[in-house]
Amino acid sequence: MITIPYLTALTTYFSYGLLFAFGQMRDFFRNIVDWWSNSTLQGYAPICLGLEDFYIRRLYLRIQDCFNRPISSPPDAWFDVVERVSNDNNKTLKRTTKVHRCLNLGSYNYLGFAASDEYCTPRVIESLKKFSPSTCSTRVDGGTTTLHAELEECVANFVGKPAAIVFGMGYATNSAILPVLIGKGGLIISDSLNHNSIVNGARGSGATVRVFQHNTPYHLEKVLREQIAEGQPRTHRPWKKIMVVVEGIYSMEGELCKFPEIVSICKKYKAYVYLDEAHSIGAIGKTGRGVCELLGVDTADVDIMMGTFTKSFGSCGGYIAGSKELIQYLKYTCPAHLYATSISPPAAQQIMSAVKVILGEDGSSRGAQKLARIRENSNFFRSELQKMGFEVLGDNDSPVMPVMLYNPAKIPAFSRECLKRNVAVVTVAFPATPLLLARARICISAAHSREDLIKALEVISNVGDMVGIKYFPAEPKKQQLEGDS
Amino acid sequence: MDTLLPAFENMVKSASDWMRLTLDAPSTRAVVFGVPIGGHLFLEGLLFVVILFLLSQKSYKPPKRPLTKKEIDELCDEWVPDSLIPSIADEMKYEPPVLESAAGPHTMINGKDVVNFTSANYLGLLGNEKLLDSCTKALEKYGVGSCGPRGFYGTIDVHLDCEAKIAKFLGTSDSILYSYGLSTMFSIIPAFCKKGDIVVVDEGVHWGIQNGLHLSRSTIVYFKHNDMESLQITLEKITQDNKRAKKLRRYIIVEAVYQNSGQISPLDEIIMLKEKYRYRVILDESNSFGVLGSSGRGLTEHCNVPIEKVDIITAAMGHALATEGGFCTGSSRVIDHQRLSSSGYVFSASLPPYLASAAITAIDVLEENPDLITTLKKNIAFIHKGLSDVQNLQILSDPQSPVVFLGLKKSTGSLKGDLQVLEDIADRVLKEHSIFVSTSKRSTLDKCKLPAGIRLSVSAAHTESDLMKACESFKSVTAEKFSAQ
Repeated sequence: MITIPYLTALTTYFSYGLLFAFGQMRDFFRNIVDWWSNSTLQGYAPICLGLEDFYIRRLYLRIQDCFNRPISSPPDAWFDVVERVSNDNNKTLKRTTKVHRCLNLGSYNYLGFAASDEYCTPRVIESLKKFSPSTCSTRVDGGTTTLHAELEECVANFVGKPAAIVFGMGYATNSAILPVLIGKGGLIISDSLNHNSIVNGARGSGATVRVFQHNTPYHLEKVLREQIAEGQPRTHRPWKKIMVVVEGIYSMEGELCKFPEIVSICKKYKAYVYLDEAHSIGAIGKTGRGVCELLGVDTADVDIMMGTFTKSFGSCGGYIAGSKELIQYLKYTCPAHLYATSISPPAAQQIMSAVKVILGEDGSSRGAQKLARIRENSNFFRSELQKMGFEVLGDNDSPVMPVMLYNPAKIPAFSRECLKRNVAVVTVAFPATPLLLARARICISAAHSREDLIKALEVISNVGDMVGIKYFPAEPKKQQLEGDS
Repeated sequence: MDTLLPAFENMVKSASDWMRLTLDAPSTRAVVFGVPIGGHLFLEGLLFVVILFLLSQKSYKPPKRPLTKKEIDELCDEWVPDSLIPSIADEMKYEPPVLESAAGPHTMINGKDVVNFTSANYLGLLGNEKLLDSCTKALEKYGVGSCGPRGFYGTIDVHLDCEAKIAKFLGTSDSILYSYGLSTMFSIIPAFCKKGDIVVVDEGVHWGIQNGLHLSRSTIVYFKHNDMESLQITLEKITQDNKRAKKLRRYIIVEAVYQNSGQISPLDEIIMLKEKYRYRVILDESNSFGVLGSSGRGLTEHCNVPIEKVDIITAAMGHALATEGGFCTGSSRVIDHQRLSSSGYVFSASLPPYLASAAITAIDVLEENPDLITTLKKNIAFIHKGLSDVQNLQILSDPQSPVVFLGLKKSTGSLKGDLQVLEDIADRVLKEHSIFVSTSKRSTLDKCKLPAGIRLSVSAAHTESDLMKACESFKSVTAEKFSAQ
């Protein structure tokens, strides 16, 4: 749990209050002006409304240059960020032809497969020539090529399950699978910080959704006991089935799931386990097989294993791995299999080639080196950041490390100052995080060299001093503090 | 009434007599500290004491006996969940044919060359040299995946170019790219339709729209499939029934060419109704973009409707453009709103850059070769004529639709039975005549009730002999099949 310092909480509230008050004031004058100039849309309710629209117009637009920054190169360790200018106080941004070569601390390029690769790219281009960029058909009709069949086998072997099914988009994998597996009369128990795709999938399923405290096994057990004893709301009939949905690495927290404990609880209470390995597959574990390998969980105990190819494999799409029957059933009725265009053949080839490199089947030790590198890089960077006094979230071995900013003014300050010094970082604010808990997120890659990381640390430390986000005293007092918490 | 009145008078009289008696009692005339206590004060005092007495009593609560730990343990032990998936029936074991080459107009299945009608490659751009070239260049430059959502350095310059290209081609002010065709609709609908809003939808829309509607939690009203009279009645009824309707956001959602039937929406009539009742229109152009209209600009061009009249237009790019992903286009307000509110855009990795660059090239090719559309139209007319007199089958689709939809003239009575017959025909057409067509398989989640059919996607790349062969094969297979019965 993140405990926000008292003073910081106060100033953060004050900042948002100020922004809100000024926004309302500007809206007030805007409305007067609008009232004079008659609107043409009489009889229509406004298409964007409420606080959401207010937030976009009056808060987000002020700092929108910190987000959606275009790049003009692959998202490798270093990339070219395109400069944008605004002539109307940030309301609209125009692209220029100027680029800045920046160190990339933002992309999910964990294993460094984002750029063209000596082993993967030639094979990808070959498959492009053979199979074209798309099949223009759904998997169940005419969109299954030999590549797709091969890919499913390859993925099943890699994650250690009997069978797998692949889709063209990771987000759709979650949101189209959950409604197939569970429906009315079922219960989904979801971690409170699960990704939006899971939330949408759970909502779309029609099952009852309960939330347990983020990554807290004992609370999960409490919820499970309560729910089994209570049964369905109002009717009190027993639940048809219960599914516990967790993620391997939480992308906004950088935390590893406490998976062994959660699995044993689910086993005890006969709940099904759905594991989303979007960020962990490929990136952690001795051979890159994700959180099960790292934490020593038998994959046979996990009923549904989901993951994406966007991150470590540098491709696109997602998979579900499970028992043969499960996959057969999904192929029979999952909407993403029946109605969506099948995954692009070159993207499928990229995944298979990347897996081969990871497993050393390409005849080199590059895969093992990449895995060792990302682990070293992540742990080095995390410990250095902590030593400097930043409030870093997450666990060791996780390549994702959020650094807390809190104050809304510190979001653009940190992002812009880092960019000025040629380090591109991601800052995250509402709606991706709670309003008070704005943060910068650093994703480490195996493609980063030690020099890159040292430069990044130097820049971040300078900017951190300037912006004032070193919430903890620097070494050596730091260790004491950690011992306390 | 006559008898009631005297009885009432009697009662009042006796009550007042009784009151007088009490008030005249000696105790009520007592004088305390020089103050004569009137009868009414005595009564009020009495009342007050009674109230105090009642208040001091504990209200009755059923005794609370929470379940003991042991009881909960027992309940947890007793609880038996349903199995994760139903047992696998034979019909669920369907494996689609596996293509051994690109899914072009001709493809290889089991080493045999077949004519492919399952691929929505309407313009025949699949395997186009220019497209392959631009993909290869993009792959070499950017790698395969974008390794991040659009907000966090997943915006690559080709994405912005592609958005600008689409907007320019259609004559709208802006457009936005999605990374998967299926997710386009189910992200856009919840971004604009919230709880309480009214959405009027055709009953034959595809699952992506159905899911979006479910997630939006709006009030959903269906009208009869492609029936303008029904639409008008529905709109009229809503306006009359709901006095507040004017203050709510109201939408009509239709598909240009229905995936589930091949019918074409009469957009001009819809626009007339929309303006009369002041609704906004969301139009899915997945199967019409690049196909309808003299230059392939879709249904708006086909029906001579200025594109500004349609508020939100979406399309999947996995059809005519022979790439993947989807886009939405409209006014800049509509597009900008999505950049922070549309879940499939914000929370998903962006479209692989090579697919965006393929889309740009595809539009270029389309602009340079308007004869592609003429050829396609000729092909559609040809096959429509050729299939119009197939025994026991009838064409349910519009004569101009690129999706030719063949349904049974005489239904077997159930969707399942129909599908069985149609699948049998499709199977034989493939095995005996090497014509690859697909049936409209439905997910158990799909609520569409339209009849099942065989779907043929006509392409500009089909030759006349391909089309002839397809028509002949259908005739001979159905003749054999239905004469045998």
